[in-house]
Amino acid sequence: MTDLPVIEVRDVSVRFATDRGDVHAVDGASFAVRPGEILGLVGESGSGKSVTATAILGLLRRPGRLTSGSIVLGGRELTTLGQQELQKIRGVEVALISQTPRTALNPLITVGQQVARLFTIHSGLGKAEARRRAIEMLTLVGIPEPERRARQYAHQFSGGMCQRVMIAMALAASPRLLIADEPTTGLDVSTAARILDLLRELCGKTGASILLITHDLGVVAQTCHRVAVMHAGQVVEVAPVRALFAHPAHPYTRALVHSIPRTDRTVAMEPIPGSVPSLLNVAPGCRYAGRCPWVEARCWAGKPGMTEIAPDHHVACFAVENGRAAAA
Amino acid sequence: MAVAALSPVWRRLRRNWLSIGALALIALMALAAALAHWVAPYEPDDTDAAAALAVPNIHHWLGTDIYGRDLLSRIIHAGQVDLTVALGATALALVIGCSVGVVAGLYRGIVDLVIMRCVDSVMAFPAFILAMAITAALGNSVTNVLIAIAITQIPNYLRLIRSEIFRIREMEYADAARVVGNPAWRLMFIHLLPNALPPIIVQGTLAMGYALLTMAALSFIGLGIQPPQSEWGSMTAEGAQYIVTGEWWLFLFPGLAIVLMVLSFNLIGDSLRDFLDPRMRGVR
Amino acid sequence: MAFLAYFLRRLSLVIPTLVGVTFITFTLTYVLPGNPAVVKAGPLVSPEVVKELEKQMGLDQPAWVQYGRYIGGILHGDLGESSSTGRPVLEDFKQRLPATLELTLASLLIAMALGVPLGVQSAVHRDTAIDHIGRIVGVAGVAMPTFWTGLLALYVFFYLLGVAPAPLGRLGPGIEPPHAITRLYVVDSLLTGNWRALGSALHQLMLPSLTLGLSVMAPIARMVRSTMLEILESDYIKAAWAAGIPRRRVIYGDALANAMIPVITILGIVFGFLMAGNAVVESVFAWPGIGNYAIVALMTKDSGPIQSFVLFVALLYVTVNFVIDLLYGLIDPRIRLE
Repeated sequence: MTDLPVIEVRDVSVRFATDRGDVHAVDGASFAVRPGEILGLVGESGSGKSVTATAILGLLRRPGRLTSGSIVLGGRELTTLGQQELQKIRGVEVALISQTPRTALNPLITVGQQVARLFTIHSGLGKAEARRRAIEMLTLVGIPEPERRARQYAHQFSGGMCQRVMIAMALAASPRLLIADEPTTGLDVSTAARILDLLRELCGKTGASILLITHDLGVVAQTCHRVAVMHAGQVVEVAPVRALFAHPAHPYTRALVHSIPRTDRTVAMEPIPGSVPSLLNVAPGCRYAGRCPWVEARCWAGKPGMTEIAPDHHVACFAVENGRAAAA
Repeated sequence: MAVAALSPVWRRLRRNWLSIGALALIALMALAAALAHWVAPYEPDDTDAAAALAVPNIHHWLGTDIYGRDLLSRIIHAGQVDLTVALGATALALVIGCSVGVVAGLYRGIVDLVIMRCVDSVMAFPAFILAMAITAALGNSVTNVLIAIAITQIPNYLRLIRSEIFRIREMEYADAARVVGNPAWRLMFIHLLPNALPPIIVQGTLAMGYALLTMAALSFIGLGIQPPQSEWGSMTAEGAQYIVTGEWWLFLFPGLAIVLMVLSFNLIGDSLRDFLDPRMRGVR
Repeated sequence: MAFLAYFLRRLSLVIPTLVGVTFITFTLTYVLPGNPAVVKAGPLVSPEVVKELEKQMGLDQPAWVQYGRYIGGILHGDLGESSSTGRPVLEDFKQRLPATLELTLASLLIAMALGVPLGVQSAVHRDTAIDHIGRIVGVAGVAMPTFWTGLLALYVFFYLLGVAPAPLGRLGPGIEPPHAITRLYVVDSLLTGNWRALGSALHQLMLPSLTLGLSVMAPIARMVRSTMLEILESDYIKAAWAAGIPRRRVIYGDALANAMIPVITILGIVFGFLMAGNAVVESVFAWPGIGNYAIVALMTKDSGPIQSFVLFVALLYVTVNFVIDLLYGLIDPRIRLE
């Protein structure tokens, strides 16, 4: 687990230019995904998770731009690459599973053709060979009767099936990193569970790592090895799953974990006070400061760096650093 | 109240200089046409054999025709017919279209069905072709051309008003208001007018340009205009013969007058559409 | 199966419209000033003969009976006679239709060939100079009467530059038409290897089809632009970018293919514009088609051709729209397969 990470995101910041100023969607985010692991990137809506994924893929478009940071994928610095080179990397070394499986499939081409052409494009396979591999892939992701299904169109598939197809397409060129952006959105509970199982299984089988973006702590608990918590565009805590749930360190993580309704014992529900601050022309400093019970003066002045409070458990919080908010 | 409603419109319109230019142009041409007698440098029918077929020059800014008649003056006078028909046809279509549309929307059922089938049939003809046929049937006169153009435009307003009425009917507050006892017609006018007015204004402005083009095309092929009346389309037709002998101004300028006028209407219509009715904006 | 239902539904809407169309043209014919019997008989005939003729032509019958005769006539291909050519209108139509057809098809091809790329480029380079220029050209183009642009083209390319021929018809002087297969000269001369005729036919077709094509290019470009813009924001296109599919393929393959479907729906309207513009363009270039035929008839107060022309165009318009509707249903798998 200590070999080079598949991808290392360091101090990445993304801004969107609007009529009223810049929206600082992501501020100094840092995390890494290790070979063969599933890293959860968790946070509320608007916390910058999807934007980070878009930035990794190099798909940020006006008015958004990467203002700082480095993204190293398999040893290559992505932020300096042009679109031509990035296009060669997308789908091949890093692939995206988007959150809208139904609409992410081309309505005019059969499902089989959509998977097969990726083999043609990325691996240069001939039509027949590509088709064979496509069927293989559909089988791998658990689609029954793959030959028949391959001849059908996206609108004839259920949401869960579409998601499986997306996963098949993502794995076509055997990328080392899969970015799954809210893969269970719009799916009912049992289908969602099966998709997550599939992702875990494939992670083991193919050795691909997964960056699993979600707002659902339950998904994180079920599926991920490690977790990175984002709040208002800042990564506040990175830890192994167990450690995060057992000993959440950052005040925000603590509030999140404590706000999960429990069925095993009766606890008072504690909503997190305040709301996510506006990211328009936002001030420097920790963005949780306005809601934090342990806030101090320097929290407003500058963003705390990541400190290691336990093996492989990092937190960005001044209060935790100086022991005021001792890890629970 | 109407003025107050108009002023935000006026403010935004002011920012768009192209529309201002267009508005100015229309005003100028309309005024020139209305006051043609005093504005035009010559009488349109004054012949001057010595200056026949003169290239545009200092005396005749747009040149002269084979009889030595000043083209600029003729164009200014001809504008009367064009603008009158464009305005008249649009107004007529608007009034009739909206009235029938209201009937269709209010009474629904069989009445609506019949009306809409008629509308479908009328719209099954390309508008120009229908205008041609109606003019041919009614007889060759400017009035009949006006009527013909109006008829082809009626479906547009009809459908606009009708769909507006249906939309309002669907709304819950209309139900609520009716339960409380407001009469239907009162409802219609209070809610209908402010909502229906913007698209109708936009449609009307754009339709003016269209009516002008149709009028010109009809008289180009010889319908509607009887000599010695002249109109921009018929003047273009006359000028066409001189292309082979190189007197380009005779067809170019009357046509250009049409282009400028229609362009102005379209520009204003587009601006109005963007500012008055965000719903209609779509993807520009 | 789903398609059959779609077809029947569409058909049920089309039939009342067709009936309505015949009703309108009948009314127009009926309203025509003057007594057709008088026109047919001529001015030198006595009133009794006119009366007899009226009876023969069924003009003394009530309106609805006359309508019945009218419909019957149409179904039998009887569209009346042209008093100028002295032949049945249907014959004249048959003879002149290929010219109009050739012009319409050529114009449509030009409009698509110019309009689609223009629309795509405008969408891909949204809000840049290309887009603005495209929009200005579109707005200006729509304001120009077709007859004027035709005349302008004639002046510039024929009189000034000499690259276009005189508007004398479908073939240059002294060239024989190619062996008749489709009666579209360009197609026929290609099929029979008649290069001389091909060159001449294309040369003559050049200006009128360019004029007509440009006149309908704007709505096509605009539609392509707006559909492309929408589609470029769609989830599957974003997914295609993320999957590393090459840019060209995403835009001109996936996006454009999906964009063409809504564009097909306006082809019906475009066809209507073409038919309308046809008449005028044929008039300007003395093109021997049915539009010109109808207009010339107008001038000579020959009423038969005009009303029949209008009926024909309307029926054609409705049919074309119907076919396009069906095509739409076939191409979009979402409709084809329930």
